[in-house]
Amino acid sequence: MIELKEVSKNFGLTHALNNVNLKLGSEQCIGLIGPNACGKTTMIKSILSIVVPTAGDILIDGKSIKNDVSYKSLIGYMPQIGRYPENMSIGQVVDMIKSIRNNEQVLDLELWDAFNLDSMKDKKMHALSGGTIQKVSATIAFMFNPKILILDEPTAGLDPLASEILRDKIKKERNNGKLIIITSHLLNELNDVLSHIVFMEEGKIVFYKDIESLLEETGQPLISKAISYLLKNLKG
Amino acid sequence: MNKLIGLVIKDILKSKVIIIYTLFLAAFGWSVFSLESSSAKGALSLLNIILLSVPLVSIIFGNIYIYNSREFIELLVSQPIKRSTIWNSIFIALLIAVNLAFLIGIGIPVMIFSSNLIGLSVLLTGLFIGSIFTALALMGSIITKDKARGIGLSIMIWLFLTLIYDGLLLFLMFQFADYPIEKPMALFSSLNPIDLARIQMLLQIDESALMGYTGAIFKKFFGNFYGYIITIVLLMLWVIIPYWISLIKFKKKDL
Repeated sequence: MIELKEVSKNFGLTHALNNVNLKLGSEQCIGLIGPNACGKTTMIKSILSIVVPTAGDILIDGKSIKNDVSYKSLIGYMPQIGRYPENMSIGQVVDMIKSIRNNEQVLDLELWDAFNLDSMKDKKMHALSGGTIQKVSATIAFMFNPKILILDEPTAGLDPLASEILRDKIKKERNNGKLIIITSHLLNELNDVLSHIVFMEEGKIVFYKDIESLLEETGQPLISKAISYLLKNLKG
Repeated sequence: MNKLIGLVIKDILKSKVIIIYTLFLAAFGWSVFSLESSSAKGALSLLNIILLSVPLVSIIFGNIYIYNSREFIELLVSQPIKRSTIWNSIFIALLIAVNLAFLIGIGIPVMIFSSNLIGLSVLLTGLFIGSIFTALALMGSIITKDKARGIGLSIMIWLFLTLIYDGLLLFLMFQFADYPIEKPMALFSSLNPIDLARIQMLLQIDESALMGYTGAIFKKFFGNFYGYIITIVLLMLWVIIPYWISLIKFKKKDL
């Protein structure tokens, strides 16, 4: 579904992405992890062409994303910090995205209902708490039934109840055959959600493994433990 | 695109800055005409206020709006919508907001006290200046990543075009007063949109002496129909070229 071919991105002298090759298929829930400044966000932003790669190509369903915007209707994106026009209400923001997406299909309003956003739809964006803004971002990402979901730190800032709702939704959509990419530092929260791990360091992919073999190889019960175990051994 | 323009305009018009700006312009518009005895004099005083305040507000307001909308622009880019459409919509919305504020604040008193050719050219001048400095704001905000630097750059551009440029020109004129420098001077003043706007206004009325040396020379060279057309074309280029540069840069920008 998503294929990165020798993708590099330089910011001045730093190589945020260094010749990355990666192929992700459907029905996967990828945990994209790594230390700060390892290129996770750059990779996500390259896929959305928010950042333009210096070299290489990205294919979505076999088609290059260069000079094309239509592929973005296949993707739902939840940014790490959502910022919206301050004077718009929740309802207006959602309406705006709807009119941009311009599609006729039935909307997925599960999160809208679960987060009880209907009762707040006239509230202005500048009056919302960080957590509520995250809820709006999540709702928008899932609303159009996209085949690919990209979630940047989805549970950060959400209360336990809301993050439980979001996790259930992620699991459900994974089982519907979607490709979900999550970056997060809160690995334990995502234990039962993820199916694969992509670990990045200094702009390169260190490994790409499914959870079962990762846990089996390392003999650890939890993803976070398994990864710190692997890292120690890689270094040593 | 229309829907996007509408939404951005709504967002801008609700912000307090643009309302305060409108009130500020209205206060000047009404008081200038009540203080001056003749409407032509009033229009000229108003022109000087416009040439100072409209560029400053347009360039800083545009700049701050772009910086504050960074995440919003990022969100739009992640949607299936072309970058050029996003940038065009924001530009058009800013143009409408800044010029609407001007038309309400200045347009109404001008239409009441001086509804003639002079009044009309004051309005035209203000609209051009507002649009030019909005385009410059977009260009400035795309060149610098940092908000503080962007605002600094905006103030520098404003200061340079409103004060320093004319000062330099005047200095050169006195230095080279013994040489035939009228043609190069006319050329140099056509490179500054504020001078151009002032000239556009001067060509309507016969008060060039009031408006500085550069204006007088330009009137000598372009004080006819062709001169008028040339100033209008140059003013339009001042809107189009900075905007065009910003659009090309925005298309390739990492957000």
